[in-house]
Amino acid sequence: MCDQASVEKLKAKFSSAVLDVVEFRGELTVTVEKSRIVEISTFLRDTCGYNFLCDLCGVDYLGQETRFMVVYNLYNITTKKRLRVKVPVEEQNPCVDTVSGVWSTANWPERECWDLMGISFNNHPDLRRILMAAEWEGHPLRKDYPVQGPDREPYQGRLS
Amino acid sequence: MALTENMTINMGPQHPSTHGVLQLILELDGEVVQKATPHIGFLHRGTEKLSEHRTYNQVIPLTDRLDYLAPMSNNLGYVLAVEKLLGITDKIPERANVIRVLMAELTRLKSHLVWLATHALDIGAMTVFLYAFREREAITDIYEKVSGARMTSNYIRIGGVTEDLPEGLEQEIRDFVVTMPDHIDEYEGLLTGNKIWQKRTIGVGVISAEDAIDIGLSGPALRCSGVDWDLRRDAPYCGYETYDFDVPVRTEGDTFARYKARLDEMRQSSRIINQALDRLKPGPVTADCPKICLPPKKDVVNTIEGLIHHFKIITEGFDVEKGEVYVGIEAPKGELGYYIVSDGSPMPYRMKIRPPSFVNLQALPQMVEGRLLADVIAIIGTLDIVLGEIDR
Repeated sequence: MCDQASVEKLKAKFSSAVLDVVEFRGELTVTVEKSRIVEISTFLRDTCGYNFLCDLCGVDYLGQETRFMVVYNLYNITTKKRLRVKVPVEEQNPCVDTVSGVWSTANWPERECWDLMGISFNNHPDLRRILMAAEWEGHPLRKDYPVQGPDREPYQGRLS
Repeated sequence: MALTENMTINMGPQHPSTHGVLQLILELDGEVVQKATPHIGFLHRGTEKLSEHRTYNQVIPLTDRLDYLAPMSNNLGYVLAVEKLLGITDKIPERANVIRVLMAELTRLKSHLVWLATHALDIGAMTVFLYAFREREAITDIYEKVSGARMTSNYIRIGGVTEDLPEGLEQEIRDFVVTMPDHIDEYEGLLTGNKIWQKRTIGVGVISAEDAIDIGLSGPALRCSGVDWDLRRDAPYCGYETYDFDVPVRTEGDTFARYKARLDEMRQSSRIINQALDRLKPGPVTADCPKICLPPKKDVVNTIEGLIHHFKIITEGFDVEKGEVYVGIEAPKGELGYYIVSDGSPMPYRMKIRPPSFVNLQALPQMVEGRLLADVIAIIGTLDIVLGEIDR
């Protein structure tokens, strides 16, 4: 089910922007340059047929050189193939260009990514918090955000 | 000339036809919706954050609580993703796969029955609610006999299922599913030819194929816009490719089409259940992976290996190879996806759930704008959303 052909096309067109290609358990992951994500997304949609954005999310690799990854899980409805595109995002002022102009689906997942992971999206039409309350402080899915919530002692189990 | 101005009204979060705690801010010109803004998050429980602090097995009960009308589908999607991560997908015994298909299809019936009941109730057809809940009750009883719980099943486990089906249940499922096509005809008898039902659904909430793909609709909602999509057929799991079933596709893209298609899907599910029952042969229901699957209780109390494995799995979990996978399954409401990143430890490093309702709800504003306020109710119903998985 691997779509090597599309990756080859992508490499030919954007050779300098493709940073890494990994295959794991029959799934292809392409890491690309952050600055060209909109161009690459448009190319994947129009030329390679990835017309369906299944999901978009952020991953926090706290302690690594580039802290965040924004992950796009794509699906091609015609060929029924999947492809994953990742974009590294640095810790200082984390932001990526929005792909909601390429796939409208991206609107809410990008809001969620901003809300829970604190990655902002340039040119997003409506970047507000979506799951947490509007006045919430912090981004709960970050690895340095404690699971019990801020300013609370960790749960120690039942005392009696 | 009379001066008019738009009125903003608040619908929900405590409103019976928003199917949970969904809040809609509607801007109305008379009775016509100019703009709809959904507000979600009232049921946010931090499932993804919690799962980063649980072992892989301990995450399964959290998944029950996503789409609480279809708990076993959520179990299945998660478990398939973890199995793919572990590389044990082909080690799942035949009987476990057949039971999974059986349960997934019963779950589809269960979810569609609640959709039909509440959708019809919202539009004003009270009787259907009682009829559909009668059948749903039978499925809930089957759930209880299989897993011990009526809703939060926690039944499908990594490597197989918790336990084999109890004795006599196969016959009970068979007796139930034989009656199902007649029941579906009964619902159709109440609704399909009903003038009020037709007026409320035909041509309401139309979405074209391009728009549907662009906004990310999946499942029955996408199929009714003319896109032939079904992950059970296109990316088969649990041996779905060996079952004989049709995928109902319609082109009208309206609420009535989605109603007809879901009823057809229920008929197809009944067919699959019958085939699965025919295939049930005696055999193990968990994979032969002692470091991953809990041993049977009699081994835990009688053998030292069993005891050690039990102890290790319960207290530490198991290590999972470093990597990442995305698995999408055809849940009753659409594509349910799990994206799991493993750092090699016994807990997921990151788990992202792609709930079908979350993405489908995103299409609501463009479907209701320019339509009457009363249509908003019909369109929320036809999207078949569950706030449990939207808010996670």
